Order: sequence, then C-alpha cells, then structure tokens
Amino acid sequence: MSPADTPVIDRPGVPVVDVRGATVAYERTPVLTGVDLRVSAGEVVAILGPNGSGKSTLVKAILGLAPLVAGSVALFGATGSGVRRHRHRIGYVPQRLGAGSGVPATVGEVVAAGRLARRGLRPPRPADRDAVARAIAAVGLTRRADDPVSALSGGQQQRVLIARALAAEPDLLVLDEPTAGVDATSQDAFADALRSFVSGGGTVLLVAHELGPLQPLVTRAIVIHSGRVAHDGAVPEPTGYHALPGHEHVHPHARTDRTGIWGPGWDQ
Amino acid sequence: MEIFEYAFMQRALLGALITGLIAPALGIYLVQRRMALIGDGIGHIALTGVGLGLLTGSAPVLTAVVVAAAGAVAVELVRQRGRASGDIALALLFYGGISGGVFLVALSSGRTNANLTAYLFGSPLTTTGPDLAVMAVLGGLVLAVTLLLRPWLFAICHDEEYAHVAGLPVRALNLLLAVTTAVTVTVAMRAVGLLLVSALMVVPVATAQLVTRGFRSTMYLAMAIGVLASALGVGIAGVYDTAPGATVILVAIATFALLATGLGAVRGWRRRRTAAGT
Repeated sequence: MSPADTPVIDRPGVPVVDVRGATVAYERTPVLTGVDLRVSAGEVVAILGPNGSGKSTLVKAILGLAPLVAGSVALFGATGSGVRRHRHRIGYVPQRLGAGSGVPATVGEVVAAGRLARRGLRPPRPADRDAVARAIAAVGLTRRADDPVSALSGGQQQRVLIARALAAEPDLLVLDEPTAGVDATSQDAFADALRSFVSGGGTVLLVAHELGPLQPLVTRAIVIHSGRVAHDGAVPEPTGYHALPGHEHVHPHARTDRTGIWGPGWDQ
Repeated sequence: MEIFEYAFMQRALLGALITGLIAPALGIYLVQRRMALIGDGIGHIALTGVGLGLLTGSAPVLTAVVVAAAGAVAVELVRQRGRASGDIALALLFYGGISGGVFLVALSSGRTNANLTAYLFGSPLTTTGPDLAVMAVLGGLVLAVTLLLRPWLFAICHDEEYAHVAGLPVRALNLLLAVTTAVTVTVAMRAVGLLLVSALMVVPVATAQLVTRGFRSTMYLAMAIGVLASALGVGIAGVYDTAPGATVILVAIATFALLATGLGAVRGWRRRRTAAGT
C-alpha cells in the first residue's frame, strides 16, 4: 500500500505548520531559541534574515532534519512519528542538489524520484508518469527531460529540484533559498510554477535572502535574527540604498539595545 | 575456442559472467554515493569470514557472507554518524578484517590445503558445481535487489536528505544496500578475488558513464561491459595461462582507457573541424 492510498483528512482550522518554542543547538551552541511559527493552509510565508540567523535551521527543524532540544513541531496537526503519514504531502526544495552525484542522471529520473513519496513501494501507474511529466512541464523543462542534470545551468538545476518536489503533488512546499544565484529566466519560471501551485490551494514556506519575482506571492514574512523571531507580519521592504547590494549596515536611527529587523550581516 | 570444451573452463566462465553482471549493478550505487572504494573494504572484512569457515570446517562462502554482511552493516552505521573519526573507524574495520583473515587462514593451514591467494585474487578454474549453484542463487538475489528497487536505491543514493523528508524507509534501504554489497563481494570472491572485486564494481560504471546520459542507461551498459570484460578476461587467461582474476580487471581497465582516449580523439577532431570553420 502506498502513502497516497490512505486518505488524510485534516481537522478544520489545524495549521499546516505549527512550531512552538523550538530550540535547536549544534554542539551546545543554540542556533534557534524558543521560535514560534504557525502557517495556515493557503498562506505563502517567507522566512527572512541575515546569513547565520538560523532561518535554514528553522526549516530543517520543521522537516525533521535538525533535532529539537526543546519545543515541538506539528505538521498537519501531527507530531513525532505521526508525521510519517503526512510525509508525502510535503515537497522539499533544498538550496542545491547535494554534493552532486557520481553517476549521471537525467532530469526525468531525478523528478521521478520525487514521485516515490506518493508512490510508496508499488509499481508506477499512468497517474505517476503523468504527475512527473506535469511537474517537469510546470518548470518549463519538458524539452530537457532526457538531458543529464549536470548539463543544465544552475538555475535550470534549481528548477529540476522544484519539479521533483511538485511531482509528489504536495500540499505544502518548503523551499530553502530557491532563487539564490539563479538567472532571471529561471527565477521567472520558478515564480510561475509557485504561482500555479498556490492558486491550486497549496501552502508555501520559503526561506529567502531576496524575494525577487516571488515577492508578490508572499502573504506574510517572518524575520529571524540571532535565532529568534524578530518580526512576524507584512513583508518588510528595504527601500532606498538599503535595497542596493553591498550597502553599508549603518542604522543611526535604530535603538542599539534591541535587535533590528535587518540586523548586522544583512547584505541585500 | 576449444579451451571452453573443458567443464572446468565452462564453470569458470559461468562464474565470471555472474560476477561481471552483478558487480556493476551494485557498484553503480556505491559510485553514485561517491563511496566507490567501500567494496574493497568489505572484501577485506570478508577474509575473516573465509578464515572462520576454514577453521571450523564450514563452507567459507557462507561464513564470508555472514561476516561481510556484519561488517557492511557496521560500515553503514559509521557512515550514518558522519563523524570525522569515521575514517579511523573504517581503517580499524578493514585492516582488522584482513589481518584477522590471514591469521585464521594460517591457523587452519594444518587442516586444509586452502591457498590464501585463491581467496584474495580469485581462482575461477577451481569453481565446482556446488560453488556455481551458490553463486547463481546469491547473484540472483543481488540482481533482484539492484534492478527491482532501482528507483528507491537511486533516491537514497542521489539525495538522502530528500528521501528522509519524503518519508522513504531510508534506514532499511541503506541496510539492505549494505548487506547486498556484502553478498556481491562474496559472490565475486571466486572469480576475481576479495582484493579485486571492487574494481569490477567501479570500472565498468566509470566506463559506461563516458558515453551515457542517465542513470538507468549507465546501469545497463555497465552490466554489459562487466559481462564482456569477464568473458574476455577468462578467455584470455585460459588461452595464455595468465591469472584469470587479474586478467578480467585488466581487460575492464583497458576498455575504459580505449574508450576514454577514443572519445577524446573524436572530440578533439570535431573541435578542430569546427574551429577550421567547415
């Protein structure tokens, strides 16, 4: 029996993601401290923050890749081992494709691996092949489906990863800096794929350094600073010279006794 | 070739063909994970199993499977921890395995006329009917795992973190892959030996991916190259009376070298032609 054969009905009003008091530490150094985050169905939430603020760690904690020292993470209302039966509903898009594979793999093969979350251990059905083809089409790579991933540009490789996540037809997409170092064409293709996912009722949680063409899609922003939530609400818009790359991080108007939203190290 | 009219040559050839078929089918996952040399380490550990078998009078192939599987699971546990000290742990396992094997085989030398080099470098010409039956059964298991579970094994070797998030049974698949590696090493022991088995897991895969674009095509071509090198190697060894295991590996490496230089020459010629503006 495959995961998709077990229909999962969420109780109404249960958040898709519910993080409470999450604390994560690497080698005893706390990276996240008491983070709360609730994401409801249909929301597009951006997690912003400077390098090393802990925003990627928060995503890893939500996905169960970073162990919690304290607090809890619930996905679709399930905690602990109960998350297992919701795993196929989560599409994860990592920053980049691991350390790279030692053997060539085609776009189609990598995207088909994403479908396994929903397929379980049963043989593929036509619906599985259709879902893989649709996911590849959604990111505009149909003509490259039989090409090795290594022959693609960085931006195209990133699109392969979002297609892999979409192939499982998830309810929640979790993206870790999906547009970092991605060319404009790929950023637009990315935004299009995300837009159609959201219009289909999907929920998105995305870690970003810069939102770029994704900005209009985002309904709420969380700013993580030094492992804590510094802001939760509308997307804070850096204006004027703040928006320019490489601007000086001088905030003469900011009170020095509290953490600024765009604290030191924010380099966008 | 009339040399294959001898039954012992036929058995040697069959054993080599089984090995040539299954070693790359398993090896492709190790290469994909950038752990191409792990098969060599498992081979070291398997020698302790051979020694135990000879000493206790049980079939060395079976004790080798058990000890190699235990070693492979230990290697997998070390890999999962991902610690910096993992290297040292592997060194202890591998060299403990091979020295334990040499020690035990020497202890048993009074009781058997077993030859250490036969296990280290293969002795396909002494393959018996029962040997061949064991190789066929174990080889069939390896093929079943590596071919039928290809999508799942591909997923965990390609991006283990993603496989975790997607809810695949990553730990079970990893352990299965470890045990299958051990079984492959043991099957290959007779044909190419414990010290050369890793070459047949890696070299055909490296050769295939010179020309392939995808994982599945690489796998099938690597298996074909493995079979070809094994057949050719045993044939050459039979005719010229060379060491069969080493001949098989040398043929595999020569295939790689020929294809790599051939492709390089073709590409260079194309570049020059394009540069000449024709």
